Amino acid sequence: MDVNILAAKGISKRFDGFAALSDVDFVLHKRERVGLIGPNGSGKSTLVNCLTGIITPDDGTVAFNGNDVTATPAWIRAKRGLARTYQIPRPFTGMSVQQNIEVPLRFAVGHTSARAVSDAAQAILDQVGLADKAGLSPRRLTQVELRKLELGRALAAQPKVLIADEVMAGLSDSEIDEILALLTRLNAEGISILLIEHIMRAVMMFSQRIIVIVAGQKIADGLPDEVMKRDEVERAYLGE
Amino acid sequence: MSAQADPAHRPRKSTLLPPRLRPGVAIAVTGVIFAAAAILLGSRVSAYYYLAAYTILQFVVLGTAWNILGGYGGYVNFGTAGFFAAGCYTTIVLNKLFQLPLLIDMLAAAAIAGLMGLATGYLTLRLRGIFFSIATLALAIVLQTVIVNWGFVGGARGVYVVRPQISGLFDSYAHLLVTLMIGLATCAVLAAWAVERSWIGIGLAAIRDDETAAETSGVPSLRLKLIATTMSGALMGMAGAPFPYYVSYVDPATAFSLAITVNSIAMPLIGGTAAWWGPLAGAIMLGSVQQVLTVTISSAANLFFVGMLLVLFLTAAPRGVVGIARAWKRGRAWT
Repeated sequence: MDVNILAAKGISKRFDGFAALSDVDFVLHKRERVGLIGPNGSGKSTLVNCLTGIITPDDGTVAFNGNDVTATPAWIRAKRGLARTYQIPRPFTGMSVQQNIEVPLRFAVGHTSARAVSDAAQAILDQVGLADKAGLSPRRLTQVELRKLELGRALAAQPKVLIADEVMAGLSDSEIDEILALLTRLNAEGISILLIEHIMRAVMMFSQRIIVIVAGQKIADGLPDEVMKRDEVERAYLGE
Repeated sequence: MSAQADPAHRPRKSTLLPPRLRPGVAIAVTGVIFAAAAILLGSRVSAYYYLAAYTILQFVVLGTAWNILGGYGGYVNFGTAGFFAAGCYTTIVLNKLFQLPLLIDMLAAAAIAGLMGLATGYLTLRLRGIFFSIATLALAIVLQTVIVNWGFVGGARGVYVVRPQISGLFDSYAHLLVTLMIGLATCAVLAAWAVERSWIGIGLAAIRDDETAAETSGVPSLRLKLIATTMSGALMGMAGAPFPYYVSYVDPATAFSLAITVNSIAMPLIGGTAAWWGPLAGAIMLGSVQQVLTVTISSAANLFFVGMLLVLFLTAAPRGVVGIARAWKRGRAWT
C-alpha cells in the first residue's frame, strides 16, 4: 500500500495570464493531519479545486489512493472518498438541511433505502450539532451553521480524505474547540485531513505538518513549529 | 380516494400500497378513468370539446416534459418547439413512406426526439445557465431551417396529411386522438412523478441548486442531465407525433410556433416547477382559459394573456400554484 493517500506533482494553473499556482508539489499521507496556510489569494483554494477535480490544472498530476485522477471527474473522486467543504458555503437551498446531508449519502456512499439514508443523515446532523435544524431550509441558517452544514455534507460522503476549507471562520473559541475535537476524532478513525484555515491557534493545535503557499508557490512544508519560525513565512504574514 | 372513504379497509390498503406510491396510482387511475370516459362518451360529445381537450392534453405533455429538465434540473430549454416539430415531421415522413399505425409513429418520434435531446445534451450541457438556453433556441432555429428547405416534407409550403381509417372502438378520428393523448399525458405525468421521487430527481435538484457542490457530493451531473434531456426530448417528440393528424395540414410556422415554446415554459412556471402536479395544474388552468379566450375573443389574445399571467405569477408567486399550496399547508414554515 502506498502511504500517500493524496498527492499532486508539479501543479500549475493560470487564469488569463495570472499564475494562480506555479509548480506546486503536495502530499497528504494516510491518517495525517496537515494544515495549509497562506494569505488571501495565494492559491490555496485553487490547489483544493485541482485536487478535488473542480478545475483541471494546466500542468502536473494528481493521484488519489495510488491512482492517477488528474482527468477523473469530481463526482468519481467524491465517490472514491475525497470530500471537501467550501470556503463560501454552497448549500442546496431548495432542500432542507437534512436533505442536503442525504445527497452525498445517496450518491457518494450509494445508500438506496430511504430509512438508511435518513438514519445516517440524522447521525451526521448530531455530530455537527445541527440536529434541531434538520427540517429547516438552509436559507434560515446562520453563517456559522452553514459552515457546520458544509462539514456535515462532506462527512456524509464517508471520506478517506477530508479537505476542510475554512470551516471555523466566524466560530467562537468553544465552537472552534468543538470542531477541532470532531476533526481529531475523525482523524483517529482513519480519515486523512487537510485543514485550510486562517485561525492560527487552530492550525497549530491540529496540524502534524504545515504547508505554506504564497503567491501560487509553496514556500514551506514541515513541522508546525519549524515552519512558523522561518523568515519567509514570517515575512509573508507580517510584512517586511 | 376509496382508502380514505372506507375506514374499515384503510389498514389493509395502506400495507398493500405504501403512501409514497399513492400519487403514482392516483395518476394512473385518473388516466384510466378519463380514457374510459372518452371512449364511452364517443360521439355524444361535440367534436369541438375533443379538439379543445386535445390541445390542453398536448400542453400537459409538453409542460411536464419541459419541467423534467427545466424544473427539476434548472436547465431552461427554449427549444421545445424544435423537439415538438421533430415529432410532427417524424410522423409526416413515416406517413409518406409506410402508412404505419399512429402508435408506431409516436414511438419513432420518441426515439428521434430522444436522440435529439441526447445530442443536445452532449453538445450544450457543458454550457451553464443562459448559454444553454440560447443554444437550445439556436437548435430549434437550425432544425426549422432544415425543414423549410426539405421538399420531401413540404418545405415552407407545408404538407397535407391524410388521416388513416379509424377502427371500431372510436366514432371519429378526433375521438381517437383525444383518447391517445389522455394515455400519453398519463404516461408523461407518471414519468415525471417517478423521476421526481427517484435518485434522478434528487440528483437533478442538487444540480439545480449548485452544480459544483453536487459534483463534489458524488452526483454524476453530466449523466443525470443527459437522462433528463433525453426523457424530456422524447416526451416532447411524442406530443408532436399525433399533431399532423390533428390539424391535417402542417407547415413549419405551425410546427415550430413560438406559442409552443412559450406555453411549455409558462405552464410549469405558473403551476409550479417543484412538483409533478405543477405543470399539470398550469397546463389545465392556462390551457382551458386559452380555449375560452380563443372562442370568445380571438386566438391572438392567447399569448398576450399568457404573458400577463406569467408576469403576475413571477412577481407575486414565483413558485407557482405548488408554492402557494405548500406555503398554505405548512403555515409558512418554509420559505
